[in-house]
Amino acid sequence: MGALTAFFKSLFLKELFQGLAVTGRHLFVRKITVQFPEEKTPQSNRFRGLHALRRYPNGEERCIACKLCEAVCPAMAIIIESAEREDATRRTTRYDIDLTKCIYCGFCEEACPVDAIVMTRIFEYHGEKRGDLYYTKQMLLAVGDRNEVQIAKDREQDAPYR
Amino acid sequence: MDFKTGVFYFLATILVLSSLRVITARNPVHAALFLVLAFFSAGGIWMLLQAEFLAIVLVMVYVGAVMVLFLFVVMMLDVNLERLRQGFWSYLPLGATIGLLMTLEMALVLAGSYFGPDSMPDPGAPVAGFNNTKELGRLLFTDYVYPFELASVILLVAIIAAVVLTKRPRKDSKAQNAREQIGVRRNDRLRIVSMPSEKE
Amino acid sequence: MGPLQFFESLPILFGPVWPLVWTLLKILGIILPLLLCVAYLTFWERKVIGWMQVRIGPNRVGPWGLLQPIADGLKLVLKEIIVPTKASKGLYFVGPAMAFATALAAWAVVPFSEGYVLANVNAGVLYLLAMTSIGIYGVIISGWASNSKYSFYGAMRSAAQMVSYEIAMGFALVCVLMVSASLNLTDIVHGQAKGRFADMGLGLLSWNWLPLLPMFLVYLISGIAETNRAPFDVVEGESEIVAGHMVEYSGMAFAMFFLGEYSNMILVSVMTSIFFLGGWLSPVGFLPDSFVWLAGKACFILFLFLWFRATFPRYRYDQIMRLGWKVFVPLCMVWLLFIGVWMMSPLNIWK
Repeated sequence: MGALTAFFKSLFLKELFQGLAVTGRHLFVRKITVQFPEEKTPQSNRFRGLHALRRYPNGEERCIACKLCEAVCPAMAIIIESAEREDATRRTTRYDIDLTKCIYCGFCEEACPVDAIVMTRIFEYHGEKRGDLYYTKQMLLAVGDRNEVQIAKDREQDAPYR
Repeated sequence: MDFKTGVFYFLATILVLSSLRVITARNPVHAALFLVLAFFSAGGIWMLLQAEFLAIVLVMVYVGAVMVLFLFVVMMLDVNLERLRQGFWSYLPLGATIGLLMTLEMALVLAGSYFGPDSMPDPGAPVAGFNNTKELGRLLFTDYVYPFELASVILLVAIIAAVVLTKRPRKDSKAQNAREQIGVRRNDRLRIVSMPSEKE
Repeated sequence: MGPLQFFESLPILFGPVWPLVWTLLKILGIILPLLLCVAYLTFWERKVIGWMQVRIGPNRVGPWGLLQPIADGLKLVLKEIIVPTKASKGLYFVGPAMAFATALAAWAVVPFSEGYVLANVNAGVLYLLAMTSIGIYGVIISGWASNSKYSFYGAMRSAAQMVSYEIAMGFALVCVLMVSASLNLTDIVHGQAKGRFADMGLGLLSWNWLPLLPMFLVYLISGIAETNRAPFDVVEGESEIVAGHMVEYSGMAFAMFFLGEYSNMILVSVMTSIFFLGGWLSPVGFLPDSFVWLAGKACFILFLFLWFRATFPRYRYDQIMRLGWKVFVPLCMVWLLFIGVWMMSPLNIWK
């Protein structure tokens, strides 16, 4: 290709018209926007949203305060304190997750030997005050209680791959 | 006093006041902007004289182009007013002489017998369909074609001189050639070498 | 008293000041629809660019998002106007006012249809050029008065760009003036109504765009550069100087720049339609000439503005200058010469 061809190509704005053709085509393409509050994209059963602490069906909390999640947490968002209960089992007295620190990597869930800390599909939550996103043990257990059906179903679905 | 006279006095007041501010304003940018205002009101006065072509050209050329570039420079300069004021008394005699001369010349032109309003008859009310742009064009390209061409040649010389004076090749220039940049092909930058695979 | 009688009694009611009142009413009649157009142009822009990016654009406020510009306007009106501490107070407010006022003043000579023009002056084209060149002041003054280096950079870039592209624009217009032999916008439209193709009923082909095709493109592109629109929007390049001369402005002061920019866009597209696309003339013989055609043509050019914005990446500043001075100006000169020779030759089609 000589200099002359290049000159005419630029004089007649060849590449610009090609670009216009691309955007012109896309003007009529079916739009892929998801109208968020009304429509939602499908979620995976492995979705990593808000954390929850689970209980056994008999109401006993699963967490045994092994602190593996605290150890593995790369953002150091989890703080656990433990003590011995009257029935001589070790339980947490404090289990806090700072959601503003959490990076939602899911390592805590992976590390948990008893499937106590899990991540749910909930992603539309917010805090209005400073500290609203600091979740304590009671709050996490409450989240778990509210969503136990969905959580259990998701775990069951994923079980063959674990 | 009819409407036109009122407009004239209004524009003239703005013109005189803004011209005064041009030389009294402390901030050079403000001074330049007052000059713009002065040009603008002068354009308005010309418009009143039914010289709409000249008025618009004044606005277009002086306000729209010359003063923009002027402001451009003035805004970027860090003018030190103290240093500017230093030589005031030593420059005063020269400045005053030039000012006086200019006033004298203007008085001669305006009040003299050769140029003054007496020797220039009132052209009278323009006939319908009179187009002073057309008339000016006709005059410029017939009666005054040589001065006109001369002026344009002088301007051309000035343009070329300015370009020649400022555009010299510099070693540290980082100017890029857009045509070369656009014309680059893959093979100019990339060499594909075929290499025999090596044994481990 | 019927409405017709009421209107007929108005001139008597106002007496000698009636011409003044009537002119003011006509000005309002231009400005109010213009501002409405500006509002909906912003909406349309967001929609079109959205569609080209496979999105759907604003659709929340009102049916299909139609009340979005109203909501935006309300927000801007209610916001506080912040003045930087060390800004030059007076000039800080003169800037946006000038940007907006000049954008509106240019509309005085625009003919909307046969006889529908506020001021049918002989030097209409010159007046337009003068008004657009004054428009720079709004930008320069606000950039300087904000006392911010980003504003100032923006103002400098804008001034240099607008002065450069005005030359190309002026040259393109000189060609139009030569073929129509008039500076009056109405006459320029009339000049496009005659010709061999117009006699055949194909007015479309006798408009100026065909014989002056390169000038049409130059004018259009210079118009985009002149209004600082993408891809020539280095003046407000987000990645470098955030919003150029508008950085320090908020609320209604900012909205003034916005209104000015968009009404300038509409002005340039109307001007392109008048100079090159035959104004209100109908493209084919069997349809009547009317304002609708001018509006349609202007809308088409405006759509081009949006299309370009959605398509092209921003120019680098030195390349903007190169395009203006080293490509457009020589191209215009060559075409000017060509048109001159054509008009002097026996093949002249503009008799």
